[in-house]
Amino acid sequence: MIEVGSYFLHGERRVMKTRWFTPWLCILPAVILVTIFLAYPTVRTIQLSFYDRQGRNFVGLNNYWYIFRHKSTLLAIRNNLLWMTVFPSISVILGLIVAILADRVSYEKVIKGIVFMPMAISFVGAGVIWKFVYAYKPKEVSQIGLLNAIVVACGGQPIAWLSQRPWINNLCLIIIGIWIWTGFCVVIFSAAYRNISKEIIEAARIDGANEWQAFWRVILPQLKPTIAAVMTTLMVFALKVFDIVYVTTNGLFDTEVLVNRMYKEMFLYHNVGRACAIAVVLFIASVLILGYNIRSRFVRKGG
Amino acid sequence: MKKYLTFSKRLLLHFTLIVLGVIWLLPTLGVLVTSFRPAASVAQTGWWHVFTHPFQQKFTIKNYAYILQRNVGGAMLGKAFLNSFVVTLPSTFLPISIAAFAALAFAWMKFPLRLTLFAYIVGFLTIPLQATVVPILRVYNKIGLSGTFVGIWFVHTGWGLPLLTYFLYNFFREFPHELIDAASVDGASSLQVFVRVIVPLSVPALASITIFQFLWVWNDLFAALLFLGGAPEVAPLTVALSTLVGSRGQGWELLTAAAFISSIVPLTIFFSLQRYFVRGILAGAIKA
Repeated sequence: MIEVGSYFLHGERRVMKTRWFTPWLCILPAVILVTIFLAYPTVRTIQLSFYDRQGRNFVGLNNYWYIFRHKSTLLAIRNNLLWMTVFPSISVILGLIVAILADRVSYEKVIKGIVFMPMAISFVGAGVIWKFVYAYKPKEVSQIGLLNAIVVACGGQPIAWLSQRPWINNLCLIIIGIWIWTGFCVVIFSAAYRNISKEIIEAARIDGANEWQAFWRVILPQLKPTIAAVMTTLMVFALKVFDIVYVTTNGLFDTEVLVNRMYKEMFLYHNVGRACAIAVVLFIASVLILGYNIRSRFVRKGG
Repeated sequence: MKKYLTFSKRLLLHFTLIVLGVIWLLPTLGVLVTSFRPAASVAQTGWWHVFTHPFQQKFTIKNYAYILQRNVGGAMLGKAFLNSFVVTLPSTFLPISIAAFAALAFAWMKFPLRLTLFAYIVGFLTIPLQATVVPILRVYNKIGLSGTFVGIWFVHTGWGLPLLTYFLYNFFREFPHELIDAASVDGASSLQVFVRVIVPLSVPALASITIFQFLWVWNDLFAALLFLGGAPEVAPLTVALSTLVGSRGQGWELLTAAAFISSIVPLTIFFSLQRYFVRGILAGAIKA
């Protein structure tokens, strides 16, 4: 999604006639604010990650040792990895299904609108909406959460979804993410799907391919670059997921994730060094994901 | 295309889509219905009883009145609604104005270090904002900017610039240079060219990116928690809602009303400006 190459390409440029200082006046506020709110703090975060809880004494790699050795932070890393694999895969699959199927029905706009709507709501709002779906009451009284009502109606026992560690509760939180982001996948895949030449698909059909084969052999290969870009965006989101966890479980019952832990290091444990070390881990992971995506783009373009 | 599908396949197609659509709608519908039910019914019966037993139901707007007027467990939704606007409006228009001038210079003016400075600003798209919060907060605590609206306006302005500059640069670059030349020949200053030619032509792009930035700030919880904190005098809707979840975790008639209040502005934008909304979201998806 990030077209790094594009701005190097404007070789021949026609420009506006300006006095020499006009361009500087135009860019100065942006450069200053980026320096104060992005450049300086990033450098300082890296520096502080090698310091103690008050940011006073140098402690070397201690904060990093802690993150990669301590059970609670390793758990957060495990959950982030779970988020980064399950959440993008299912969102992309559902997004592909809706994009390709909706193209064939008359109510295409309605169904896409319904699936895209959660993108408008805040993650906090989505968290509350789904916490209500997962609501649990003892089996003696009637259920008010939709999911448990269905379970009970089918003859089962009500389940406290958000405290069923280790997999059920984490998957329940990931479902909230999927509910929000599938619409995003649908919109992007629909646009890419329309750009595939319909003649190629027709040709495959004439050669005797059924819908299923046409999808796997013709449509999917052409959508691959788009899928890779969407996957990257979703993985970066999963790496930095915070609001959903904060508002539903706040990391209890083994649902902790890195950013929520970072928040706790700042405001609960008052450990500046460790909070910064977590931030650096996020930073490196995010650059690796984005870097891999940009590299594979250049490779595809033959550059 | 339909002619390739047999009747049973077409049935499966509609079935899949309708089931997915219902799954996507039900959670929101449940919250909306619950927010209008009296507390006693909410605690005793599921919201679907409104549809299965339609004649035994009572509806009320008391949940909304209650939550908007009172301090409920440290959350003042009425105040928070105003605070969300106070936080969001400057955090939208400040960075867009600043980014527009920068993008204009990068796209249409000649000066040394142009590419370097452009890469410097846009390169921050790859850095997670979490990597910047601790030092900003430390400085804010020292100079008394934490917990103030001014503080968070500046944070969102700084954070928004890479994406907004990148987006507007790409848009401005597409302008035919004859347009700019003609205006310059007429003796207009660069500011006049900007105000009279570029801004009016950029309305669709500006609308998309404004909607994106507005929603990003409106829906933001992380920056608001960090730089404003939970005090009801300054807390925006996202913070107030999460405070309420903490203090009234089982009061679903209040939580659902609060969730709906926090979503009403984004949903209004979604339904009234869908085209710009979708474009804005797509443009903003790369924000770190």
